[in-house]
Amino acid sequence: MAAIFQGVGAAAALSSTPSNSFNSKKLLFSPRRSFSVRKGASVVVVRSDGNVNLDLNPRGRRAQQLIANAVATKADSSAASSSSKPGHELLLFEALREGLEEEMERDPCVCVMGEDVGHYGGSYKVTKGLATKFGDLRVLDTPIAENSFTGMGIGAAMTGLRPVVEGMNMGFLLLAFNQISNNCGMLHYTSGGQFTIPIVIRGPGGVGRQLGAEHSQRLESYFQSIPGIQMVACSTPYNAKGLMKAAIRSENPVILFEHVLLYNLKERIPDEDYICNLEEAEMVRPGEHVTILTYSRMRYHVMQAAKTLVNKGYDPEVIDIRSLKPFDLYTIGNSVKKTHRVLIVEECMRTGGIGASLTAAINENFLDYLDAPIMCLSSQDVPTPYAGTLEEWTVVQPAQIVTAVEQLCQ
Amino acid sequence: MALSHLATSSSRSAALLRPLSSSISLRRPISTDTTPITVETSVPFTSHQCEAPSRSVETNPKELLTFFRDMALMRRMEIAADSLYKAKLIRGFCHLYDGQEAVAVGMEAAITKKDCIITAYRDHCTFVGRGGTLLEVFSELMGRQAGCSRGKGGSMHFYKKDSNFYGGHGIVGAQVPLGCGLAFAQKYSKDENVTFALYGDGAANQGQLFEALNISALWDLPAILVCENNHYGMGTAEWRAAKSPAYYKRGDYVPGLKVDGMDALAVKQACKFAKEHALKNGPIILEMDTYRYHGHSMSDPGSTYRTRDEISGVRQERDPVERIRKLVLSHDLATEKELKDIEKEVRKEVDDAIAQAKESPMPEPSELFTNVFVKGLGAESFGADRKEVRATLP
Repeated sequence: MAAIFQGVGAAAALSSTPSNSFNSKKLLFSPRRSFSVRKGASVVVVRSDGNVNLDLNPRGRRAQQLIANAVATKADSSAASSSSKPGHELLLFEALREGLEEEMERDPCVCVMGEDVGHYGGSYKVTKGLATKFGDLRVLDTPIAENSFTGMGIGAAMTGLRPVVEGMNMGFLLLAFNQISNNCGMLHYTSGGQFTIPIVIRGPGGVGRQLGAEHSQRLESYFQSIPGIQMVACSTPYNAKGLMKAAIRSENPVILFEHVLLYNLKERIPDEDYICNLEEAEMVRPGEHVTILTYSRMRYHVMQAAKTLVNKGYDPEVIDIRSLKPFDLYTIGNSVKKTHRVLIVEECMRTGGIGASLTAAINENFLDYLDAPIMCLSSQDVPTPYAGTLEEWTVVQPAQIVTAVEQLCQ
Repeated sequence: MALSHLATSSSRSAALLRPLSSSISLRRPISTDTTPITVETSVPFTSHQCEAPSRSVETNPKELLTFFRDMALMRRMEIAADSLYKAKLIRGFCHLYDGQEAVAVGMEAAITKKDCIITAYRDHCTFVGRGGTLLEVFSELMGRQAGCSRGKGGSMHFYKKDSNFYGGHGIVGAQVPLGCGLAFAQKYSKDENVTFALYGDGAANQGQLFEALNISALWDLPAILVCENNHYGMGTAEWRAAKSPAYYKRGDYVPGLKVDGMDALAVKQACKFAKEHALKNGPIILEMDTYRYHGHSMSDPGSTYRTRDEISGVRQERDPVERIRKLVLSHDLATEKELKDIEKEVRKEVDDAIAQAKESPMPEPSELFTNVFVKGLGAESFGADRKEVRATLP
């Protein structure tokens, strides 16, 4: 399961397809370095028995997926078959499209609305080909009127349709904030449970390549306090497809955050039907020394830093939290209880971001297990500048992550 | 007295007369009479980009008496809500609809429960028109469990899913895109029903309205936008808020119709016309020229921006309940006394509902957390002390 992506460093182990025949044997390894390798479908198994100098597989370390147990139920279904079926390779935006297409085939109530999603094929090609396949009534080109077409999507969802509303850039959804907050989030509650709003609102956000301040916004911090909505962020083709499908099937309004720079990630994903649990975090790399919580694009910066950290002798545990609302405090808590140190790496702003809420949540629930204060690395509280160097300094870079871990683990 | 009165009128067949000598019943046989009567609306329709419907409206005694009863009920309900608010049993916002009853009642007469209605916060009477009970209304207003939204919505959030009443919205204008979404869903499922999205003259200046109208016209949706023009957006008169207060014309390329909103029969005619039009040609705007006697809400006395003479003038000349009363009396469909009896009956009904609503308990504390999310997908996760996580495909 190699993931090839542009611009970010060498392949870090990021794939999340679960392993199959590997099991707890790896847990018997030397505790200092748990170099575990996951078996990919077409990759030979390499196991190291606690060697200090290890011979790194040139493609990088693979994450051992099977951590705690019951999560494996999800793993099982695709795991069992990933050895028999090789799966297929595709890019993240294609994975999103595949998920969307499968759900549209499965349920005639699913429709897509957004700007340029139909005839143009989507500004990031996520909906390419869907309009010709499903027709104009199911893949709808809207005028540039976010407030009203989001409202219309919510109105349609009240009757039982399952619209997928695309914001061409998440930042544009600020125009629809009233509809998302008051109608989408609250109608189920204020109607005493009469109406469900099974809508999916998705779109790319995050800091891109010199797109300017208005097109580099991180809306997860603004939406996180809206009661009644669920928020998820995808980061790999595997979880992009899984989360898209789960979001469409969910009876709750779900906001799916994608990232502009991650659309061209390539990965091999299973052929068969699978979904990802909307409320679950993903264990990217188990470790012992420090828990690094991250999501979306910062996952790759973290994995890049992890390589350096491993070389320096640290063993970070990397968790992609995926579910931004509600937080998967179970997985996170287990990790905190194991490592006692937490570093949060996010792309949100420092003030009032996801990291801020996560810090508060961990402090409230797991204070006794912490050996050091939680460190949170976030983007600077500035509008994203245009100049390339300045933009780089706005977001968290791998070097800063390495320094932070070294500081934490002192 | 009643019998002789009946015998003299020629518009009824004697077969319908039941011997009433045994009891003076409040329900006269004429209330089931469906012989058609044609009434002319007092004000003609003005149209924009379409042909106005005819001024002659078909109705029948049964319908007229139902109008009277329903409107009297709504009127009584709103006045009772006023007293309850002053007694601090209803808190927060309370927007009363008295004066505008004809719109709710006339609309219901023209459509079925399969057509959708969505409105703003002045929704008590629209809810009742859709089949809501007085108990649900008063319980919800007082925040009790028996309310239509289980006490969690309040005055501005009445909903009735089974009769396609979609509320009940607090933010001005936000319900119009929702209404167009309902129309979209109706077109998607091809079920030949329409959506009435009601808004006020204040909301008519919201941008999202025009956005939604554009999309509805583009996609040919069966959406009928109804502007309940009571001439005041809270404290601001319409001519101070809108450059062009001809709201029925503001759709530009979308046809519009201006209707006397205090005449239930005119409203009925217009809604019938609009439904046929929307199913064939896409959206249409109806402007209902109506008036509210109370202020914008209970915190607004309603007299700082308009004169008491204006209010009493409208009440004397255009009151919807009086209009139907006069119609009923002039066509000899009932006597004064019978109508008064209906009003007394209605009053009692309202009082009983209030008494019953007062008995209803406040919601349980656990209700605070219900209905925030719908649990779905068979995938659940809990807080920090969760024992296990499961993920299964549905």
